[in-house]
Amino acid sequence: MNWSNLVAQMFNGLVLGALLALISSGLTIIYGTLGVLNLAHGAMFMIGGYAGYLAFEATGSYPIAVVAGAALVMVLGILIERVIVRHFYGRPAEDQILVTFGLGIVFVELVRLGFGSLSRSVPPPSWAQGVTSLGFTVYPTYRLVVVGIVAVALLILYLVLYRTRLGMIVRAGIEDSVMVDSLGINVYRVFMVVFGIGAMAAGFAGIVNAPVASLTPDVGESIMIETFVVVVIGGVGSFPGAILGGLIAGQILSLTSIVDPGYSYVMLFAAMTIVLLVRPRGLLGSRSRD
Amino acid sequence: MTARTKGTALKSRRNFLRQAAIAGIGLTAGSRVSSVWAKDEPPIGTWPAGSQGNSVFIGITVPRTGTYAVQGEDELKGYQLAVEHINAGHPLIKAISTKTTKGVLGKEVKFGVADSEAKPNVAVQAQSRFITENKAVLITGSTSSAVAVALNKLAQREHVLYAAGISGSNDTTGKDCVRYGVRQCFYGQTAAAAIGPITVKTFGQNKKAAYLTPDYTYGHTVTKSMQDYLKTAGWTTATNQVAPLGAPDYSSFLLNIANSGADVLLNVNWGHDAVLSTQQAKQFGIFDKMKLVVPYQTPFLAREVGGDLMAGVYAATDFWWTLQDKYPLAKMFVEEFEKKYGYKPEWGANNGYMEFALWADAVERAGTFYPPSVIKVYEDGHKIQSTVGEVYFRKEDHQLVRPVIIVRGKKAADMKNKEDFYDVVEVVPGEPLMQKPDAFGCKLGDYT
Repeated sequence: MNWSNLVAQMFNGLVLGALLALISSGLTIIYGTLGVLNLAHGAMFMIGGYAGYLAFEATGSYPIAVVAGAALVMVLGILIERVIVRHFYGRPAEDQILVTFGLGIVFVELVRLGFGSLSRSVPPPSWAQGVTSLGFTVYPTYRLVVVGIVAVALLILYLVLYRTRLGMIVRAGIEDSVMVDSLGINVYRVFMVVFGIGAMAAGFAGIVNAPVASLTPDVGESIMIETFVVVVIGGVGSFPGAILGGLIAGQILSLTSIVDPGYSYVMLFAAMTIVLLVRPRGLLGSRSRD
Repeated sequence: MTARTKGTALKSRRNFLRQAAIAGIGLTAGSRVSSVWAKDEPPIGTWPAGSQGNSVFIGITVPRTGTYAVQGEDELKGYQLAVEHINAGHPLIKAISTKTTKGVLGKEVKFGVADSEAKPNVAVQAQSRFITENKAVLITGSTSSAVAVALNKLAQREHVLYAAGISGSNDTTGKDCVRYGVRQCFYGQTAAAAIGPITVKTFGQNKKAAYLTPDYTYGHTVTKSMQDYLKTAGWTTATNQVAPLGAPDYSSFLLNIANSGADVLLNVNWGHDAVLSTQQAKQFGIFDKMKLVVPYQTPFLAREVGGDLMAGVYAATDFWWTLQDKYPLAKMFVEEFEKKYGYKPEWGANNGYMEFALWADAVERAGTFYPPSVIKVYEDGHKIQSTVGEVYFRKEDHQLVRPVIIVRGKKAADMKNKEDFYDVVEVVPGEPLMQKPDAFGCKLGDYT
């Protein structure tokens, strides 16, 4: 056993997990509030990356790229909710899944039409390039920065959800949306905002991740699978569950790769299966969405 | 009955007998003809239905989405150019398939394209449709050996020719070879035997190697071939990181490599996986500690990874456009391709073009689309002029005997134009690179 490699992998698991937590939190708050499983979430991640890429190409500024990527996807999320998803609230879950799945395909193919399949890269900001020595390993500086960015983003999301009136309504909506509606609160406006925030979380993660992994139209597809696993492990609809699930998934992917890298993704699904057997609602899931 | 009517009746009877006799002769002759046809070229696969009209159909499956999408599109462009040239009787096709006039045996070539997503089941479903609905006389396309192996099996079962697209696994013309499958591109064994000597010469004996291997037949066989070759020079394997196709992040694999103490990283990944893993290896500072070697080059790799990442890196490949300085047919191909598509062709496009040209040559020489006859032409060992010089198919495993090209990445400052990514270091003759025909367990199977 190479101890420095073990510590390095644990640390890497934390970084991977942080990013997964951010993407998953968007997916889980949309499902928790609206009851819609948004299968276009991976496409939102991808569009955030491409929007940020365009902004970076135009301005050369990383902060502008991040803001542009997140803002555009938030607007797109609001539009999707108002124009399409809203009409599916009263319809069976299968219809909601199909329409969001279809939307995801449309977005991916539109981007492919516009950009082709050749990958695009966004470089890290100049102050975050290169590697940093951590004693037990050297690690890409930008990935360290990503942990900080994600931590701040998750903190803001937490404050919005747990310290604001909007967050209180959202959490109440997760518990019982009919009751919230009967209290005279415009639930649909809340739904629209939540869909926008959820999409923005994915778009934000997409552009933050762009200097880590180059962009292709399919970039959201593989991350979407991991995101689902994270949400299931943490508990569908649970914001803290998404964070916990993300951190667990990151550790599983990293640590199992020491033993046999070929099986690290298999282990992720094995962990999900075990969680489902022991706690069918996930680690921090509640009964409210049953 | 009157005399007149009797005479008419007799005449009628005579006419009937005469007609019956003619019909009988005709039927006998017809049955003789059909028995001769049945004996020599009985219906098999899509024969003769697929070639009875004025055109013949080719089923193409390439990945247009997913991690191999870029390479699939490039390969498709090679196919499209070849079909255009075949139907027009272009001089380049005529130089390779010397009996070609226009079309193949005078028939226009048509084709259908399906997205394989680099998944064997998707490719098999699409090609099955092309065979049953379009009576395809040839199926082709792959940028994943998993797809190539699956289509090999489909081809043998359906008795329809399959020209493998990009496929680097030893298994395609090794243990999973079939009578109905042929392959024109280089593969693990020839790649390792070609790039091995220059790797050892450059980095020395007794080095430690780290491998980044995609988890399917291509990755496993290429890595094994490299390990076998480098072992002869005292090299050992420090670590072999096996990753799934389309992994979204390589950090955990790269950390293991960074901590392995290896001197050289052999990145066997392909497609976007090769791009991403190479870029991330740079992020992890791996190239400060170890050198990179690419045993099986990915089209567009240098273009996509950007910067000077590929500068000084050796790679084995099938074709590079500067071979136009050495081979007249390569020059024609590069010019024609660039005229149509606006960029220099990568090796996938060349591979696609050559596959169709070689198939046209085989059918024209056979004088029929009857698959067993076409296969026998592939197997007769005749030499063909190609974009990389003279080549021929080995009859025992249907592998094209062709050179492997060794290239070395250029620094951005040394590039003469925006696509001048590599220097061709060596064109290694193919025959000495190949294993004995039975070394990988090839048993071709039956013609019928």
